[in-house]
Amino acid sequence: MTNIFDPLSTAWTTMVTHKLRSILTILGVVIGVSCVIILMSIGQGTQQTITNSLNTLGPNILYVTAESAAQSSIGRAPVSGMLTLEDAQAIVTSIPNINAVAPTNTIGMQVIAGNQNMTAQITGVTPSYQLVNNVQVVGGDFINQDQYTGFAKVALIGPTVSTTLFGGENPLGKTIRVGNNIFYVAGVLKSKGASFSSTDSAVLIPLTTLQGIASKLTTTGQHEVSSIAVQAANKKSASAVKSAITSLLQYRHRIAPGADNDFTVISMDEISASINTALSSLTILLGAIAGISLLVGGIGVMNIMLVSVMERKREIGIRKALGAEGSEIWGQFLLDAALLTFTGGLIGLAIGWGISALITASGVLTAVVTLNTVLLAVGVSVGIGLLFGFLPAFQGSRLDPIQALRSE
Amino acid sequence: MIQLENIVKTYPMGKSELKVLQGVNLNIEKGEMVAIMGASGSGKSTLLNMIGLLDRPTSGSYLLEGAEVAHLNAKSLAKVRGQKIGFIFQSFNLLPYLSALKNVELGQKYARKPNVQAAKEALEKVGLGGRMKHRPNELSGGEQQRVAVARAIAKNPPIILADEPTGNLDSKSSKEIMAILTNLHVEQNITLVMITHDPNVAHYCQRIIYIQDGQITGEEKS
Repeated sequence: MTNIFDPLSTAWTTMVTHKLRSILTILGVVIGVSCVIILMSIGQGTQQTITNSLNTLGPNILYVTAESAAQSSIGRAPVSGMLTLEDAQAIVTSIPNINAVAPTNTIGMQVIAGNQNMTAQITGVTPSYQLVNNVQVVGGDFINQDQYTGFAKVALIGPTVSTTLFGGENPLGKTIRVGNNIFYVAGVLKSKGASFSSTDSAVLIPLTTLQGIASKLTTTGQHEVSSIAVQAANKKSASAVKSAITSLLQYRHRIAPGADNDFTVISMDEISASINTALSSLTILLGAIAGISLLVGGIGVMNIMLVSVMERKREIGIRKALGAEGSEIWGQFLLDAALLTFTGGLIGLAIGWGISALITASGVLTAVVTLNTVLLAVGVSVGIGLLFGFLPAFQGSRLDPIQALRSE
Repeated sequence: MIQLENIVKTYPMGKSELKVLQGVNLNIEKGEMVAIMGASGSGKSTLLNMIGLLDRPTSGSYLLEGAEVAHLNAKSLAKVRGQKIGFIFQSFNLLPYLSALKNVELGQKYARKPNVQAAKEALEKVGLGGRMKHRPNELSGGEQQRVAVARAIAKNPPIILADEPTGNLDSKSSKEIMAILTNLHVEQNITLVMITHDPNVAHYCQRIIYIQDGQITGEEKS
């Protein structure tokens, strides 16, 4: 029922009286809002996925990597360094508040089983790798200390490797060949999905064994490793451990005071913070691109509102003759525009939300619609109505009642 | 009630000016029923708009119930117009998407006198008690004009202005409308000013004012 004392229901009546025109008018807003919702939900979903996968590693993990010449900052003399197993041992013996240290060395090699083969990342690990990298073994056991010190030819394979080489068969106890060496499969790693620290396509063997296969001795007879993961006792001690490692390695690598380090120590917190920053900007960028379509939709609303004011000139004249003040006419048209775009915003929200849910269901990407996104989309759509309805409403309120009454 | 003194209205026409009203003096007492007659372009509509506060005079004085209203701003004009003037137009001017009752209530709304009961009584008074829910396009011309009359009286204004109220109606409906207006005038002592060029309609009024070229040229009492 129309209640003429309520401007909102007058606006509603106007909207449903001109159904087709209202639908066409709000189409731009509908498309704009759904684009904003979809793109922002994809941005936020991706951010959440990556953050979650980073969090599986825990915030108290530090990574030490060698600084290669290619990674040196521009304009500085290139610094090339390397990390060694001996560096890792020094960290274990001389730095307090450490749970575990896991040096690793990775080389890409062909892995053969029966008539199947693939190229995999062969990673030499120590027993502490399991703890630091949060690795779970589905069948079998992780590499133990005896196997490590005994140069055992055992391997743990990721689920992808297992499927490629053995199909559906249980690979436990079977053999794989890496170069000229035969390894027994001692276990299969639990899938981690496509995450930052995924070991799905890895082959883990004892670090000692790897160094036997591909000897990487430095000129001073030390054993090179590609990275050292360190698990600090807790999150609080992580930064103290980080500076202790830095000082220790500066001493061991004979870095002169003020010179560039030939290694990098980075904490999980820093990695996730920098990734988050990048992804937030990406989300904002995506939202801004979608915002352009909202702007176009808003101009469409203004166009229709101008037409509507012209069409309803006579009505404006009648209302004014009955005693309506300019501000009442103004408010009415502004409300009309805001109701149109608000409705468009709600429809767009529903569509955008639905498509986001479909995207998530399809498994390609994760799209997360947050409360902020919803509030933003609805707020912006009402704002567009008010912004682009302003000029038409103002024109309507300024009409001369006599001229308005004469128009047809 | 209505005292116009030396009212001049000019409209700019390029470089020259179009003088529509050239010093009109008019006095209408409370409870009078007055007809204004004149050829088209004589300025009678402008005069009625002036009385109804839809337009402002270029110069002159207009006392409405003793208060000067000639130079009020648009907001105050709208307020006084809503409360004191009931308009009846030749082309009815109802809002097409509202029912008869809602149209009547709309008049009360802008007069700041909402009263559903009074709106219903006004429609009953013009003989449309059974058609309150009908929209304008479901009513005949005569019925639509009766809704417009109900809209004008439902807010109980001291003055009703009618611009060719029977101009779009057949003679039967015209007689009905005039009977209703005469009745209102007699029963409620409403001041009623109407424009017409139909002498039969004009003769319902006690006083006929003739206007030509923006000036009052004569007056007749019946």
